[in-house]
Amino acid sequence: MYITVRDRPSSTDKAAASGASTRPPVGRVVIVLGVVSLLTDVSSESVSAILPLYLTMVVGLSPVAYGLIDGLYQGVSALVRLGGGWLSDASDRPKWVAFLGYGLSAVARIFLLFASGAAGIAAVVTADRIGKGIRTAPRDAMISTSTPSEHLGRAFGVHRMLDTIGAALGPLIAFGLLMLVPDGYSVVLVVSLAFALAGVALLGLLGPDVRARREQEKAAAPTPPPFKWRDLADRRLRPLLVVSGVLGLLTVGDGFIYLALLDHGGVNVSWFPLFYVGTNLAYLLLAVPIGRLSDRIGRARILVVGHLALVGAYLCSVLPTSTAAATVGTLALLGTFYAATDGVIAAIAGRLVPVQARTSGIAAAQTVVAVARMLASAGFGLLWFLLGPAVAMGTVAALLVVAVLAAATRISRLDGAEVTP
Amino acid sequence: MSTRVRILAFMAIVVVLVVGAGVYVLREGSEVRAERAAEPAAPQAPVADVADGPRIVFRHTGIDNEYGVVAMVALDDPSGPRAFTGVACDRVAARPDGASCLVTDRGVVTSYEDKELDADWDEVDTTALPGIPSRTRLSPDGTLAATTVFVSGHSYMSTGFSTATEVHEFGGGKRWGNLEKFQLVIDGRPVNPLDRNIWGVTFVDDRAFYATVGTGGTTYLVRGDLEARTLTAVSEHAECPSISPDGTRVAFKVDVDPGRKIVWQIAVMDLATGDRTLLADGPRGLDDQVAWLDDDTILYGLPRADEPGVTDVWSVAAAADATPELLIEQAWSPTVVP
Repeated sequence: MYITVRDRPSSTDKAAASGASTRPPVGRVVIVLGVVSLLTDVSSESVSAILPLYLTMVVGLSPVAYGLIDGLYQGVSALVRLGGGWLSDASDRPKWVAFLGYGLSAVARIFLLFASGAAGIAAVVTADRIGKGIRTAPRDAMISTSTPSEHLGRAFGVHRMLDTIGAALGPLIAFGLLMLVPDGYSVVLVVSLAFALAGVALLGLLGPDVRARREQEKAAAPTPPPFKWRDLADRRLRPLLVVSGVLGLLTVGDGFIYLALLDHGGVNVSWFPLFYVGTNLAYLLLAVPIGRLSDRIGRARILVVGHLALVGAYLCSVLPTSTAAATVGTLALLGTFYAATDGVIAAIAGRLVPVQARTSGIAAAQTVVAVARMLASAGFGLLWFLLGPAVAMGTVAALLVVAVLAAATRISRLDGAEVTP
Repeated sequence: MSTRVRILAFMAIVVVLVVGAGVYVLREGSEVRAERAAEPAAPQAPVADVADGPRIVFRHTGIDNEYGVVAMVALDDPSGPRAFTGVACDRVAARPDGASCLVTDRGVVTSYEDKELDADWDEVDTTALPGIPSRTRLSPDGTLAATTVFVSGHSYMSTGFSTATEVHEFGGGKRWGNLEKFQLVIDGRPVNPLDRNIWGVTFVDDRAFYATVGTGGTTYLVRGDLEARTLTAVSEHAECPSISPDGTRVAFKVDVDPGRKIVWQIAVMDLATGDRTLLADGPRGLDDQVAWLDDDTILYGLPRADEPGVTDVWSVAAAADATPELLIEQAWSPTVVP
């Protein structure tokens, strides 16, 4: 048996009862991990922003070689993620597994400086993705373990906000440096490496060594058994995996939505990169408020209903409105969708499995979503070609509404499920 | 270690990183500025001296104050004085009365353009491009231009790679649009693969051309017809074709190590017989669309392994056992203007 609490604060919330602020400070763990993510995202997104130019202009890669490297990014991380989850649970040392992941990506940055030719760069890019796959679930598990259950949504919101600030700063820093030093790709790579190393140092030196199993032992609770794969088949986790898998199958890649916007007419292609900036901006502004809302009214409810924002984005991208309205509306809705799902799903998954399987539970949910979305994008490509953007988007939007309604029947079961402390 | 020691250690690391990266940025910045202020190593000539005779037009890649600028040398003296046009291009293709110049305008919103220039290198038309410049070619009489770009997301982790190849009349006028909209015919059957990408156009005349179609992991050499809007596969495993001046042969890249790795070499195909000649002693790993110096000789740019951004133009006879020779130092994207 696990000690369980209801996953929703009652009106006699502890903080409210004591007369203190109803918004207790977010834990140091969340802030430190958020800043680590911020630094790392500045690093990876500054490289992302210049890599296509660097590969084609300086390294001189042609379409096929460039495509090969681009494709590597798909899929690699899904497999590794479950491995990282297992390692973290089996050793009860999420901090050091996450450290390994961040470290691997930082080391990959060093080699990127010296890599020349398609094979070398492909190896570096793969190592970077493996690092990301390893670190994500242990990091989310640490946030989950160190935060009281009733504030989890907000904690993840704060983390994702910091993370997204880094992602938005990265390209700005990269292009600022390129203006300072013409064709200074190596300068961008070196500065990116410095950010990555700062992130790794921050995690290693100041990242708290959160260990869920040991803490429960200290609390004189019954010692949890070691992690077993069977823990992932927990009855409470299964509906979440099914719901997020089905919704994921109707989540087509951002790329398609942006292409639909371009197809909308009148949008200059040079604005394309700004679509990402717009979505990120909406995401970082909404991550915390929506996270808090999810703590109040139920996280599974926000996760499921948040997909309606995606429906809105699909429709907005193809409706015959003015171009400006379509663009702003689509990006705002897409940012809302991410704010309602990305951190929220980690917040839910971590509490639906026994403590000793927390990282693996989060990794399993994230992997299901990632794989479902990959399939969705592949299938949507076909639909787009057969029906054209407007009809294809409309079809997926209609299917997604049906899926949300169906998933809504599971909400009470998910939000009402007994949670692990 | 106490928390205080850890905080101090972290701050020390941050200081080291900030100082280290800062010094590197400043040093690299002043070094680049110094290099970019230097005069080119090659002897220079006024444009008028070179522009009237047969010439090779190319992008100068010496790290100096003419970096990236289009230059010309006399066809009979490639290592002789070069004339700088004052126009900077990432890729360039030229004809006697004009040139197509693909440029990248870097910024937070990076944009890309195809600038079309007249014989005096003045701009006559500009077309916005949907991605990073990759290839440009003009038709033999200079009336048509074809451009290939990478349609890029902002991030190397988003979607797979994609190209956009378009044909239009030089200097504005009729546009045939993205060649992906053309009817593709493989093995005599019309097909509609979703994953098709088209790149590397070479014009036969103002209606027919050759190009590469990539789909399902295979590349096809296709013959295109602008009037009929068709692309018909004529051979497999061929990338970035370039037709010889007499129109009898096509040179292209082939992957001689199929599988995960890509090792390109040049092959030449006789269009009448379909026979291929692999240039076994030619460049391995060449990654550009080649050009023809004359009916027997191929030109191509090759990056220098030890100097990022610097390339040289080499020549090699279109024969199995030919040995490449360095033709023009610090050059890229060559076109012969007879």
